[in-house]
Amino acid sequence: MIESVNLHKAFGDKKVLQGFDLEIHKGESMVIIGGSGTGKSVFLKHILRLLEPDKGKMYIDGTDISSLNEAGLYKMRRRFGMLFQGAALFDSLNVWRNVGFQHLQERKLKEPEVRELAEEKLRLVGMVNVGDLMPSELSGGMKKRVGLARAIAYNAEVILYDEPTTGLDPIMADAINDLIVEMSEKLSVTSVTITHDMQSAYKIADRIAMLYQGKIIETGTPEEIRNTDNPFVRQFVSGSAHGPIQLEGIER
Amino acid sequence: MIAALGRLIIGFTLELGKVLIMLSDTLRKMATPPFEFSSSIKQMQEVGVRSLPVVLVTGLFSGMVLALQSYTGFKRFGAETLVGTVVGLSITREMGPVLTGLIVAGRAGAAMAAELGTMRVTEQIDALETLATNPIKHLIVPRFVAGLIMLPALTVVADIIGIFGGYLITVGMFGASPTLYWRQTWDFLTLDDIYNGLVKACFFGASIALLSCYKGFYSEGGAEGVGKATTGAVVLSFMTILISDYFLSAWLF
Ligand SMILES: Nc1ncnc2c1ncn2[C@@H]1O[C@H](COP(=O)(O)OP(=O)(O)OP(=O)(O)O)[C@@H](O)[C@H]1O
Ligand SMILES: [Mg+2]
Repeated sequence: MIESVNLHKAFGDKKVLQGFDLEIHKGESMVIIGGSGTGKSVFLKHILRLLEPDKGKMYIDGTDISSLNEAGLYKMRRRFGMLFQGAALFDSLNVWRNVGFQHLQERKLKEPEVRELAEEKLRLVGMVNVGDLMPSELSGGMKKRVGLARAIAYNAEVILYDEPTTGLDPIMADAINDLIVEMSEKLSVTSVTITHDMQSAYKIADRIAMLYQGKIIETGTPEEIRNTDNPFVRQFVSGSAHGPIQLEGIER
Repeated sequence: MIAALGRLIIGFTLELGKVLIMLSDTLRKMATPPFEFSSSIKQMQEVGVRSLPVVLVTGLFSGMVLALQSYTGFKRFGAETLVGTVVGLSITREMGPVLTGLIVAGRAGAAMAAELGTMRVTEQIDALETLATNPIKHLIVPRFVAGLIMLPALTVVADIIGIFGGYLITVGMFGASPTLYWRQTWDFLTLDDIYNGLVKACFFGASIALLSCYKGFYSEGGAEGVGKATTGAVVLSFMTILISDYFLSAWLF
């Protein structure tokens, strides 16, 4: 359903994606792991054409998204929900208006109905009585959860989560993992999740893909990743500073 | 040297092209429903309320200083009855629209650039896109409309208070006859003067909004980038106002 073929993306001289190939099937929960600054968030933005590749193609259900016109692009985006790494809440709107934003823009539902819907999504992420607060009044972890509520508010077919549990306490993180699993199992949502937390990765993934130096170097089920022979992946999942992965500027 | 000049010209042309593309997108989105009435009204309040006090003070004192200078000057050859005319014409044709433009650029324009810049670097503009909302329509159109409408409105205020400032000095301080002052003002001031001043104001208002939004919309590089975008927006708006004022004057009057 989502297929990237040979994606290349550079910012100035800095090459980020260098031949990124990945296929994500319908209904699947794909987790992408990889070092900080390797381009995971950049890849996620390519899926929705927030960034355009220098080379290579991105296909959604077989359609090359670079060929879509504006109406087609927005129609495609309506099928997606996205949680940004920094939550990206709208500063000028209170929490429930943030969550119900897309419904409010469409003007098909009345405001009280949108509010009710937003409060319900907020409860799913463990937030009650926060609807009237402004984003500036929330902690980092609370913003993240509001961002999550916004990503699931429009009943998307595909949800992209950029580090959903970073910045949350372990109990809340586990509850969010449960929510992600539930979304994909009960509502058969297709999802792409970026995480640094291997425990959540094993819990929510149908398949895990590892990004290293601009390419996907390995994909497999959690079981396969756990028992892989690939020394790069082994080093990453065991969280060791010693191994073939080079950390720039850190002497060992 | 020539290469540097060439790069400068290419850079300028590229930037101008992007501004023009944004203008055409803005005009197109402005004409297609649904219309963003409530956010346009909110922006009009922002632009108007933010700038009104400064416009009042500036307008009043510009009229006063104009009257002061022209009265003492004209007195030397006995033409002090012309003060009302000079104040009326200078305020409505030049100082009203230009000063109002500079004030709005410094206050509302800077605020627009800072706001959109912050939205860009905190990915709120990306978030709008993912929520299938066009950022040009949602963010830029209301600001553009506000600039286009509020600048002439503020200019009218500046015109009135400026002429009143001139009256204060000429009649209040120098003891000229009030009826003569008004006669001198209205006999020579045509509706065209006011109208052309307002055409200028519309142009300035649209330019300020467009350029400030442009600077904010394409800012990059965190808080520092937002700061750069904001100062850039003010400088660009000032230059545009002052340069285009010359050409608009040459064309209109
Ligand atoms: N808009 C941009 N302009 C310039 N460089 C960028 C931009 N976006 C990302 N980059 C660069 O691309 C690289 C990859 O960034 P990205 O955000 O995708 O990393 P990441 O894998 O998500 O890392 P993390 O796990 O820390 O979130 C970084 O080196 C970053 O500096
Ligand atoms: Mg990231």
